[in-house]
Amino acid sequence: MDDETLHQEAARLRPMLLRFARLQLRDEAAAEDAVQECLLAALTSKQGFAGHSALRTWLTAILRNKIVDHIRQKAREPSVPAVDDDGEDKDFDSLFLPDGHWAEAPARWGDPHRTLENKRFYDVFEACVEILPSKIARVFMLREFLGLETDEICKELAISTANCWVTLHRARMRLRDCLQLNWFGSEPGGVSV
Amino acid sequence: MMKCREAHKLVIRAQDAPLPLRERLALRFHLLICRACSSFERQMEFLRAACRRFPGNDDRD
Repeated sequence: MDDETLHQEAARLRPMLLRFARLQLRDEAAAEDAVQECLLAALTSKQGFAGHSALRTWLTAILRNKIVDHIRQKAREPSVPAVDDDGEDKDFDSLFLPDGHWAEAPARWGDPHRTLENKRFYDVFEACVEILPSKIARVFMLREFLGLETDEICKELAISTANCWVTLHRARMRLRDCLQLNWFGSEPGGVSV
Repeated sequence: MMKCREAHKLVIRAQDAPLPLRERLALRFHLLICRACSSFERQMEFLRAACRRFPGNDDRD
């Protein structure tokens, strides 16, 4: 790929990268910085782009590292726990009847591959991630979007393992409920049981 | 016999750390016979798959 094409493509992908960074950093200036650093790194090390993977995949991988760097820096500042450390049992209580059965049985979500191929699904998914409270979202995204292990997350954010589990659990339950409500429960193309 | 509440807990745990063999087997057995919990496990797998696909491969601009 020549320089000009790379510049053009990077410019085209910039809004997508910015949206991804904003979603995780929840801070406009920090998101702009991360994307800027990402594009700069990409343009100065373009031999790293072997052309085996799509450009967007490559750029996203670089951006992930930049986002982790930003979160690390921010985590050095004094922080409060991601959630109140009131244990995960309380969270489970609302999901289950006293006899240990589901209060509301989880629904079948149909063919996952078909949903993941549906471009409109990601609008709903992104909206659901966006409305996660930022402290919960930060832990969840470090885990699922940036691929860190839970012990790394505990260390980076200086939170306890128990707090990390509870936070991840809450994020997953909220996302699940949001998708159930806004996609699987209402989208005609979304569900096939 | 494992209750759904316990199975749910193990499904969540398994997202972040490998389960000990005994718990893994007990969970597998529960999931074989419990539609609600196996749906829940699939929901969790789906969440992860969606996160992995996003945003590098979702092809939006």
